[in-house]
Amino acid sequence: MSGEPIKVVPMHVRLEYTVTAGCTYSRYLLALAKKQIIGGRCPRCTKVYVPPRGSCPTCGVPTGEEFPISHEATVTTFCIVNIPFGAMPFPPPYVVAALLLDGADLPILHLVRGVSPDQVRMGLRVRAVWVSDAELAPTVESIRWFEPNGEPDADYSTYEAHL
Amino acid sequence: MARLDRKNSPRRIAVVAFAQLPNVRRDTEHEETELVLPVVNAALEAARLTRADIGFTCSGSSDFLLGRPFSFVSALDALAPWPPASESHVEMDGAWALYEAWVRLQCGDVDTALVYAYGKSSLGDLRDVLAQQLDPYYLAPLVPDSISLAALQARALLDAGGCSERDLAEIASRSRRAALDNPYAQVRKQSDVEELLAQPYLVAPLRKHDCPPISDGACAVVLAAEPAAHRCSERPAFITGMDHRIEAHSLGARDLTRSSSTRTAAEHAGATGRFDLAELHAPFTHQEIILRRALGLAPDVEINPSGGALAANPMMVAGLARIGEAAMRLSRGAGRRGIAHATSGPCLQQNLVCVLETD
Amino acid sequence: MNEVLSSGYVLEYTYTRSVGQVIGRFLAGLRDGRITGVRTATGRVLVPPTEYDPETGDACDEFVDVGTSGVVKTWAWVTESRPRCPLQRPFAWALVQLDGADTAMLHAVDAGSIENMRTGMRVRVRWAAERSGRIEDIACFEPEAGQP
Repeated sequence: MSGEPIKVVPMHVRLEYTVTAGCTYSRYLLALAKKQIIGGRCPRCTKVYVPPRGSCPTCGVPTGEEFPISHEATVTTFCIVNIPFGAMPFPPPYVVAALLLDGADLPILHLVRGVSPDQVRMGLRVRAVWVSDAELAPTVESIRWFEPNGEPDADYSTYEAHL
Repeated sequence: MARLDRKNSPRRIAVVAFAQLPNVRRDTEHEETELVLPVVNAALEAARLTRADIGFTCSGSSDFLLGRPFSFVSALDALAPWPPASESHVEMDGAWALYEAWVRLQCGDVDTALVYAYGKSSLGDLRDVLAQQLDPYYLAPLVPDSISLAALQARALLDAGGCSERDLAEIASRSRRAALDNPYAQVRKQSDVEELLAQPYLVAPLRKHDCPPISDGACAVVLAAEPAAHRCSERPAFITGMDHRIEAHSLGARDLTRSSSTRTAAEHAGATGRFDLAELHAPFTHQEIILRRALGLAPDVEINPSGGALAANPMMVAGLARIGEAAMRLSRGAGRRGIAHATSGPCLQQNLVCVLETD
Repeated sequence: MNEVLSSGYVLEYTYTRSVGQVIGRFLAGLRDGRITGVRTATGRVLVPPTEYDPETGDACDEFVDVGTSGVVKTWAWVTESRPRCPLQRPFAWALVQLDGADTAMLHAVDAGSIENMRTGMRVRVRWAAERSGRIEDIACFEPEAGQP
C-alpha cells in the first residue's frame, strides 16, 4: 500500500554445508551401526570417554585405547521436557538423562522411556534399546532410548564423582 | 592502546612461537578439536611451556564458516580447560584474538598467552557464507559474492591508474614462487606472468590468480612478556606497536582505492622507518598494492615471503598466520624489523597493523 | 585410518528484521517507485541512507529524494551468475551514484555484454513488476538509452 511505512522485512538465510564427523567420532558412529558403544581411554589420566575424544579435556591428548562399553547405565541427573519445540523426538513430557554407562567416566545424554517421567530418579538402572537390525546406521539414533533394566538402584557413591 | 612508550607501557610482549597446519583445499578427516590440538601442542612445545603455564587464551573462528553455532566451544577440548582456563574468543580472524591477548597481557598479572585460530572454508559455499557479513537490508539479499566485491575495488584501482593487470599478475606470480619455500602453503608453483594474463577473467577485472585459494587450516601463536619471552625463545619478536581501525561498511561511501584504516592503524602502531619484511593479508592481488601504499612501504621491502594469502587463505586464520610468519622469520634472522597486517570485512574494511622487532 | 563420515547439513534461519525509521523510509520509497537518501550536516547526500553520518557519527534525519538515474563509478563483470543473484545471465555488479547523491549504491546492471560496460556510463533503475519494500524492488539497473 503506497505511503504506508515499512516496519519489518522478512529475511530468510539458508546455508548448505557438508560437515565431517572427524576421525575419532566417525569410529564411534560406525560402531553404533554394529550395535557397539565405543569408549576411549585417555593415556594420561586414564579416564574413559564415551564417545572417544580428539582431545581429553583435562590432558590435551587424544584418547588412545578404544573398546566396547557396556549397554547398561545409571541415570545420574536428568530433566523432564515439558515445553514443546520444533525438533522434539516425542510429544512432551519426556525424559532426557545424563547416563553413566558402566565402565565410562563421563555420562552421555540420551532419552529414558519405558517408565513414567515422575518415576525417573537418580540411580535408576537402565539399558540401551536399539533400533531393529535393518535400521542400524552410523548415527546416535541407532540407540532408540534407554529403559529400566530391573536392577536395584545404584548407590549414590557409585556415580557421585561423575556428576 | 597502540604504540608503546616505555613510560606508558612497561610490558614488552613478544611472539615466541608459531605453529600451523599445512593449508589444504579440503580437510575431510578432522573436526575442530582435531585441527586445533596439534597446532596448540606444537606452539606450546616450541615455547617450552605447558598448558598450565598459560595465563590467558584467545581464539578466532567463525560459526557461520563452520555451520555450527558455538563451534568454538567444542574446540576448547584442545585447550584441556580443566581446571577451568581463562579464555576468550572472537568471531573474527585470529589476529584480533592476538590483539585481545596482547591487551590482556598489559594488565601485568599474567605473563603468557596462547592464541589460536581455525577455519574450514570447504564445509560450505564460502561465497554464500561471506555474503552473510554484508548489510542485511541493502546488500545481502542481492548476494554479491566476495570475489565480485573485490573486483569492484580492483576496477576502481585500475581506473585510477593505480596499477595495471600486469602488475597484478606479477604479484600472483611472485607469491606462488615464494610459496615454493613454504611447505605449509597451498598454491606453490612457478607461474609465468604471460600465461597468467592469457587466462580468462573470473569476475572481470580479476582472474583466478588474482583471487585467494579456498583453504582449510589452523594455527597457533604464543605471546610472552619479558622476561619470560627470553626463556621461551632464543630471539623473541617483540610487538612494538599494534592498532586496528575500521571504515564504513557501505562500499559506496568509501574510497576503495586507498585503505585509510590501514594508514591510520599504521600511524598509531608506529609503523614508520625501515622494515626488512612485511606479511600483508591481501587475499586479492590489487589489495597488496593498496596496502603497501597505505603503509608507505619502501619498494625494496620483501612482501609476503610466505606466499601470503594468495598462496593459502584459511578464513579466520590467514591474518594471524601473517603475524606468526613475520615473527618467526625475524626470529630466525631474516631481519630485525617487520610489519604484519590482517584484514576483515569486504574490500579491506577493517585492518590491523602489527610492528615486530627483534633485539 | 578409518572411514571418516560426512553428511549434508542445512542451516536455515527465518528472520524478520525491523528496519527502523531511516531504512524503513528508503524501503517504503522503493515500493512507491522513489529513491530516498539522507542529507548529513555537511550537506552530503547518502544513498542508500544510514541512520548516522559515517564520517562524524551524527544522526541523520533529513530525507532527500534523489534521481533514479546515475553514473557507474566502478563495475565488475559476472559471466556465471549464482542462485538468488538479481540476474540469471551474465551481468555487471556496479556502484552507481544516482543524480543528487554523494555516495554510490551497489546493484546489478543488465548491460548484455562486458563491451557495454564502462566506468562513467549512465544507468537507470529498472523497477520490479511487484514491489513490497525491499532492495529487490529495484530489479536491476540498465544502460540509459542514447549513450555512445
